[in-house]
Amino acid sequence: MATHEFAAQESHAHAAPQGFVRKWVFSLDHKVIGLQYYFLALAAVFVGMFLSLLMRIHLIWPTLALPLLGDIKPETYLTLVTMHGTIMVFFVLTTAPQGGFGNYFLPIQIGAPDMAFPVLNMLSFWTTLLGFIVMIAAFFVAGGAPLHGWTGYAPLSAIQSTGPGEGLGADLWIISIAIFCIGALMGALNFITTTLDMRAKGMTMMRLPLTVWAWFVTAILGLLAFGVLLSAGILLLMDRNLGTSFFVPLVTINGQLTGHKGGSPLLWQHLFWFFGHPEVYIAILPAMGMCSQLLSVFSRKPIFGYKAMVYAILGIGFLGFMVWGHHMFMSGMSPYTAFAFSIMTMGIGVPSAIKTFNWLGTLMRGRIRFTSPMLFAIGFVSLFVSGGISGPFLAQPVLDIQLHDTYFVPAHFHLIMGVASIFGIFAATYYWFPKMFGRMMNESMARWHFWFSFIGTYAIFMPMHYLGMAGMPRRYSQLTEVTYLHGLIPLQKFITYAAFVTIAGQLIFLVNLFWSMFKGKQASDNPWEATTLEWTTATPPPHDNFGGHTPVVHNGPYEYSVPGAPRDYVMQSDPEIGPAH
Amino acid sequence: MGLVLLIIIWLITFASTYFFIAKTWWLPAGASAAAAGIDHHFTTTFILMGIVFVAAQVSLGALVWIYRDRGSSSSKVTYSHGNTKLEIVWTLLTTILFVGLNLMSSSIWASERFRPAEVDAVRVEVTGMQFAWYFRYPGPDGKFGATNPELEDASAGGEAALGLDTKDGASKDDVVTGTMVVPVNREIEVILRAHDVIHSFFIPTMRFKQDAVPGLAIHMHFTPIQTGDYEILCAELCGLGHYKMHGMLRVVSQEEFDKWLAAREAEKQ
Amino acid sequence: MASFSTTATVEDPRVSLGDGGILPPTRGGGGDDSGPGLPDYATRLRRARLGLLVALTPVLMLFVSFTSAYIVRQGLPTLDPRTNTLVRDWIPVTLPRLLLINTGVLILSSVFIELARRQIKDQAALRPITARPRISAGDQMRIPWLSMTLVLGLAFLLGQWTAWRQLAANGFYVATTPSSSFVYLLTGTHAIHLMGGVLALFVAGIASHLRRSAATRSIVVDLTAWYWHFMAALWIYILCLLKFAS
Repeated sequence: MATHEFAAQESHAHAAPQGFVRKWVFSLDHKVIGLQYYFLALAAVFVGMFLSLLMRIHLIWPTLALPLLGDIKPETYLTLVTMHGTIMVFFVLTTAPQGGFGNYFLPIQIGAPDMAFPVLNMLSFWTTLLGFIVMIAAFFVAGGAPLHGWTGYAPLSAIQSTGPGEGLGADLWIISIAIFCIGALMGALNFITTTLDMRAKGMTMMRLPLTVWAWFVTAILGLLAFGVLLSAGILLLMDRNLGTSFFVPLVTINGQLTGHKGGSPLLWQHLFWFFGHPEVYIAILPAMGMCSQLLSVFSRKPIFGYKAMVYAILGIGFLGFMVWGHHMFMSGMSPYTAFAFSIMTMGIGVPSAIKTFNWLGTLMRGRIRFTSPMLFAIGFVSLFVSGGISGPFLAQPVLDIQLHDTYFVPAHFHLIMGVASIFGIFAATYYWFPKMFGRMMNESMARWHFWFSFIGTYAIFMPMHYLGMAGMPRRYSQLTEVTYLHGLIPLQKFITYAAFVTIAGQLIFLVNLFWSMFKGKQASDNPWEATTLEWTTATPPPHDNFGGHTPVVHNGPYEYSVPGAPRDYVMQSDPEIGPAH
Repeated sequence: MGLVLLIIIWLITFASTYFFIAKTWWLPAGASAAAAGIDHHFTTTFILMGIVFVAAQVSLGALVWIYRDRGSSSSKVTYSHGNTKLEIVWTLLTTILFVGLNLMSSSIWASERFRPAEVDAVRVEVTGMQFAWYFRYPGPDGKFGATNPELEDASAGGEAALGLDTKDGASKDDVVTGTMVVPVNREIEVILRAHDVIHSFFIPTMRFKQDAVPGLAIHMHFTPIQTGDYEILCAELCGLGHYKMHGMLRVVSQEEFDKWLAAREAEKQ
Repeated sequence: MASFSTTATVEDPRVSLGDGGILPPTRGGGGDDSGPGLPDYATRLRRARLGLLVALTPVLMLFVSFTSAYIVRQGLPTLDPRTNTLVRDWIPVTLPRLLLINTGVLILSSVFIELARRQIKDQAALRPITARPRISAGDQMRIPWLSMTLVLGLAFLLGQWTAWRQLAANGFYVATTPSSSFVYLLTGTHAIHLMGGVLALFVAGIASHLRRSAATRSIVVDLTAWYWHFMAALWIYILCLLKFAS
């Protein structure tokens, strides 16, 4: 019998941790750390949703005084906009799919007993949590949280006197993001090293589940992008507090000279979007991997075009670094540069289209089981298509003239990044809940949740396209001042009502999640009859994932309905099913 | 469940498409020379992407219903890892569609933005500041006078808000207004400036948008082809007053414009 | 509904499952001194080096980003609102000569830590022999290369601090000119990263007192050495950028 690699660090040589603190608080176990990330993201998403609810209320009832919070002033509205975007992008979309599910399942899916550097892994969670605490703290300091949008354009973000919240609140915002960068980089380090160096025997790169490919490429994107964001944050902090002029030219705020001169606001935009564009792929790639996984499992059919899917993930990752200028077509950038960026941007639509074709191809001639994870995977495809279709409008500078900084843009990114990614998180939750907690989630509550979410998010975001085309600008705290915007108030009201209903529907998920942890039906080790390695081990997995054994892999990850096989699924560690087909 | 999914997906698709086709909420009527070309390309993109949208969503709905699990006897799975030829075909078609669309629009972009304004364009300097737009006309000498940030006084409006340096000879005939008045059928060159943070000069009916960036003077141009009053909005987050930083563009006949400008000049004497 | 797959083969030699499968299987072989259940030295070293390579990538990206900001800022004209013309405001900074001496110190420290790295590697390899009484590894093993690197590292940081004081004495503070901002930014960020290296040296130095195995100490010193070389190379790059790209 061949010897097998056993990957462990010194800490793994000892017995599984005992005691509540070592086991659940300062745990080195990637599964516990994954859960910690997940619950951090869960807290963050409810904060983010609450902020957006306040935004929606203020937009259609600008003079309404709320209990406890009172009047929402225009600057408060902008604070809500800023913190909603920041919290959702960083602490939900970059945390749950990667830090949450990636941490939990990447080692198991590749047949490893843990991540390469468990201590660093633990530190990465606590760093991220610290970042979240600092971000929330911005609400409570003098002046409150910043109002400069999640994009933080200078000079608005670079001078303390440009508006309320731009003092200490803005400094904390930057510091929180810097802390987040460091946590994310630590995580990326683990993901990349683990994927490259700790795969079980037989688990070649081309036998990796697409979830692993997605987490791996996402980590590479993060590795290259977060350092640039960190650098931008450092320069911004210096401009704000040390009087430097990286981003600030000669300006007067309220008629007062500020002492800055010569800086370039566009420099901030270039640095920010060099990070910002890969960031949106960081947010969506894990969900794409999840969708591929689930469509295959629940169609009982291999993913259509595995190799093409891998190349598409790599292509999206690579091209993602070359398109950042499409956020800057109207910024004062050279029109020739704009042209170059727009061609690259149309290019990146191609691998995304390939993935969509392949998802449809997976469903075709399959045998579809409508489990709750599958519903969210199907919903993901629909939302991804809807959100993707608006991309080519924005990618063409000539059309972007009309659409830039209107509601057309949030329509696009909420559908394709916000909602689609959240659907990926929900799908992953319903799918992996049995493996993590040993119980099934309640199916009928799950279905209610799906329909509320699917119809609700379309009702919220599809109308935003119309608002954008009609000329409704972004980040306007109310529609009262501009005459032609009055006609758009009914549509805004519809969106707010839809938001009420959709957010209410999320409570179903919350109840289901916590109730099922304690009262859900007992789950077997492989309730979905899936093929990847996490389903070969006990439920929940033991401390070292495989109970002292190391799996050896003989098959690809999507061997469903193989002709001649005894069942309609062949596990990756089952004996080899025969020559390549 | 498959049928319900099909129905809901199709309903959402057809409902959204209906509102796009019916133009219930749509682009405001274009009033500039560039609008026709831009709107035409918008329609082209809209039709092509609309077809893709409907086709993809309808297929999704159809597939999940047709290939639902109907029990082991009637449902058979076709085991397949894909079809390379098909991959190549749809990759090529997608690339041609996307790149083709982009090249079509690029020629319009080039004609608008790759050339400077015409020599005889009407020049207006547009300055954005928290939270108002000011417009400056160079006057008979054709030169914009010097401004000095230290002289700025927003509360005094007009010339003082811009910090116009009255000691500079060229500023004597500069006209500063809070409303942008321009003659119809003439090319208008706007020189965009900002005093404090980034603003964006957006006139939806003119299909015109350009960020006003402090530290830069950005030259742009457009040609209004219809008289009327058109709203100007700020389209880049600039602080708490962003939502009410708007102005008015008045497009009038050449005679009216000349009269108006002459009257403003006369006031300065 | 499938339960745990019984048709799967799990290759699994030499495993004692008396503990209920909680402990990883023990590993045989001697001499690597790494304790039960750990991967061997070669694997650990490879994995650690891979980790370091990955970790250095964002550090590199940080300085790439600063470099692009530097180049952009240097070449950028800005609108002078008074004259309505574009002007450039870049004034180069005269760098203190002390920086050249600091560079020499850092390069020498790089040499020392490389010698330390090889020394501890030899030590680890020779342990089975030197563990015997009355066998010594010779005088070469006695030179405290690691401590000498630490001293030089601290000297470099002190030298940088002094150079900043000299710059300030000449009137160049952080916000005086854009060029001075970048001098402080680049040298300061480098110094912070070097402090991390100094901390690692310290940990490596006291590792023997913490009773870590020779193999572990060897890996720590190996990584610190490569990190240190990277920091030295980065410093030379920064110096060249500041001196020649003006």
